[in-house]
Amino acid sequence: MNWLTGGGEPAQKFLLMFLAIALFILIVGLILFLVDRPQNPKKWFLALGFLGLPVLGLGFGLVYPAIETIRNSFLNRDATKFVGLDNYVTAFTTPEFLVVLRNTAIWVLVVPIVATFIGLVYAVVVDRSRFEKFAKALIFLPMAISMVGASIIWGFVYAFRPVQGNIQQIGLLNQVLVWLGIPPQQFLINQPWNTFFLIVILIWIQTGFAMTLLSAAIKAIPDDIVEAARLDGLYGIGMFRYITVPSIRPTLVVVLTTIAITTLKVFDIVRTTTGGQFGTSVVANEFYRQSFVTLNTGLGAALAVLLFVLVIPIIWYNVRQLRLAEEVR
Amino acid sequence: MATVTFDHATRVYPGTERPAVDQLNLHIEDGEFLVLVGPSGCGKSTSLRMLAGLEDVNGGRILIGDRDVTDVQPKDRDIAMVFQNYALYPHMSVADNMGFALKIAGTPKAEIRQRVEEAAKILDLTEYLDRKPKALSGGQRQRVAMGRAIVRQPQVFLMDEPLSNLDAKLRVQTRTQIASLQRRLGVTTVYVTHDQTEALTMGDRIAVLKGGLLQQVGTPREMYDTPANVFVAGFIGSPAMNLGTFEVKDGAAQVGSAQIPLERNVIAGMTEADGGKLTVGFRPESLDVVPAGTPGSFQVETNLVEELGSDAFLYGSLKGGVVGELSAGDSDQLIVRIDPRNVPMKGEVINVAIKAGQAHVFSAATGNRLS
Repeated sequence: MNWLTGGGEPAQKFLLMFLAIALFILIVGLILFLVDRPQNPKKWFLALGFLGLPVLGLGFGLVYPAIETIRNSFLNRDATKFVGLDNYVTAFTTPEFLVVLRNTAIWVLVVPIVATFIGLVYAVVVDRSRFEKFAKALIFLPMAISMVGASIIWGFVYAFRPVQGNIQQIGLLNQVLVWLGIPPQQFLINQPWNTFFLIVILIWIQTGFAMTLLSAAIKAIPDDIVEAARLDGLYGIGMFRYITVPSIRPTLVVVLTTIAITTLKVFDIVRTTTGGQFGTSVVANEFYRQSFVTLNTGLGAALAVLLFVLVIPIIWYNVRQLRLAEEVR
Repeated sequence: MATVTFDHATRVYPGTERPAVDQLNLHIEDGEFLVLVGPSGCGKSTSLRMLAGLEDVNGGRILIGDRDVTDVQPKDRDIAMVFQNYALYPHMSVADNMGFALKIAGTPKAEIRQRVEEAAKILDLTEYLDRKPKALSGGQRQRVAMGRAIVRQPQVFLMDEPLSNLDAKLRVQTRTQIASLQRRLGVTTVYVTHDQTEALTMGDRIAVLKGGLLQQVGTPREMYDTPANVFVAGFIGSPAMNLGTFEVKDGAAQVGSAQIPLERNVIAGMTEADGGKLTVGFRPESLDVVPAGTPGSFQVETNLVEELGSDAFLYGSLKGGVVGELSAGDSDQLIVRIDPRNVPMKGEVINVAIKAGQAHVFSAATGNRLS
C-alpha cells in the first residue's frame, strides 16, 4: 500500500501512472462488457452502465469538494469551529478585501467589453481583405500563450528601472516614454492604474478568442441578406449596426459571457506580475492566498464560494440567450 | 415607371476567360414583364444582378429610363429585388422587414406604416405584420419578400427565381398572383427563372440566354412558334420538341421512311458546312397518327406511354430509313402526343405524319433557323 500511495523516483511514478491507466481501461471494459451481456436490458441498467462511472467521478471530483468548500466557508481558519457568516462579513467589510472586490468588478466589466469590441471591429475590418488569414493568425497567436507566459512577457514590457546614473530602461514601454521625453513610470506599482495595465494583458489574450468566434459568425450571415441590405441603402456603419450586429447577437452574448467567466477566475496574471500587491489583488488570487499562504481555510473557502456565486448569473444569462436564439432559428 | 436598357453589357468574373454575360443588348419597355430564362450557368442571374448593381459591369452600359446607372450605387437605382431565398432580415418583424428601406431613407414613420399596411393588404399579410419571418410558412415569406419590394414603389422590380423554394402547387398559384399583381401595379419587371413553363405563362416577352449569350427575345407565342435556333427550340415547350438531323435528298428531308418536302429558300440557305444535312424539329402535338402507307408518314415503335388525363404522350423510336441523332429534351426518344382514349400497346408500331407547315428546319452546322 505504501508503494502505491507514496511517490518516489520518476520511474516509479511512471509505472504507477501506467498501472492506473491499465486499471481504468480494465474497469471500463468490464462495465461495458457487462452492459452488453443481457439480451433485453432494462433502461435503468443501461443508464447505470454508461453514466454510473461519470456520475461517480463528477460526484467525487466536483460535487463533494463544492459542498465541502461551502461547509468550510462557515468554519473558522482551521475548520474546527462554526463561525456562521463571519468569513463573509470579513470579506465584505475589511478595506483590504473591498479593494479586492472593486478590482474584480473592474476586471469583469472592462475585459469582456473591450476584448469583444476590439475583436469585433478587427473581424469586420479584416473580413474578406487580402491579408485576412495573416491578420487573423497575428491576433489569434496570444491565445496560444499561457497566461503565465503572457504575464512574463508583459512584465518585461512594463519593467521599470529607477532613474539614477547610467541605468537604462529595459522595459519597452518605459523606453518609449524616455524617447518621448517623459519620465519612466512604475506601471505595476502606481495605483489605481496598475490594475488597468494588468487588464491589458488579459485583453491581449482574449481578443483573439473574440475575433475568431465573431469572424465565423460574420461569415455565416447569408450573402443575400447583405445584398438585400445594400439594395435597401445600407453601407458601412449602417450595415454594421442594423445587419451585422443583430445577426451575430447570439455569438456576441456567448463571447461576452465566456470572457467574463474567464476574467472572474483570473489568477495567473495577478500572481505572476504583482503577486496581488500594490492593490491589484482579485478574488481568485486572494482566495488562493488565504487558503494556502496564510492558511485561513475558512476565509479562503468563503472567497471561493463568492466567486462561484458571481459566475452563476452570467451562466444563467448565457443559457437563456442560447434558448432565445434557438427560438428565433 | 421606366424602361430598362442593356447596351452591350458584359460581365467577366475575375480569373475567368469567358464572359458570364457577353455583350447583352436588351430593351425592356415601360411596364413590361420580361422573363430571363435559360439553363443554370447561362448568365441570367448575373444579368439581373448587374441591373441591381450587385455585380460590376465590365463593358457596355445599363440604363433605367434615360439614366445611365452603370456606376450608380444599388440603393440609388430606384429598383427593388426579390431574392430566391427571400433574404428577409430574421431579427425584424414582417412590418419592419417591409418598411426597412423607407426607414433607412428617412421616410416619416406614419407614412412607412401606411405604405406597409397597404402592401400587406394587397398580399394578404395584415395579420402577420408583427411576426418574425421564422414564424411564417414558405409561401408567406415569399409574399413578405414581394411586399418588401412593393413598399418601395420602385421603377423596376427584379425577381431572382422567387418561386423556386415553393412546392409545386403553391408555385403555380403564386405564379398567377405575381403576374396579375405586376399587371395591376404596372411596374417594369425583370424576372429570372430556369423554368420555361414559368417563362411562358408569366412573361410579356421572354429572353432566352445560353452561355452568357442572348439567343432570342420575343413574346411567348413567337418563342414557341418560331424558335430562332435549335437551342431555343429544344428549351421552350414541354414536353420538348423532337429534334433530329436528317439527310436531304431531292429537296426533301429523309425522316425515317418519310420525305419531308422543304421550301426552296430553305435549300438555298444550306451551306457547304451543313454537309447535305438539316436539323428538323417538330413538336409532339405537330404529329398526326395516320393509317399505314399514308404519303409523308413514318413509323414509330412504342416504348412507353405517359398518360396525363387530358393528353397522352408516347415515347418511341423511329423505325426504318436513315436515323440521324434524334432527341426530345433530355430523352433520346421521339415524343408523340396521342389521343388518351386510344393508346397503343408497348412495342406496337404506329404511323405518324408531321402536320403541314409545323416542321421547324435548322441548319445542321450553325443550328440557326432556316425556314
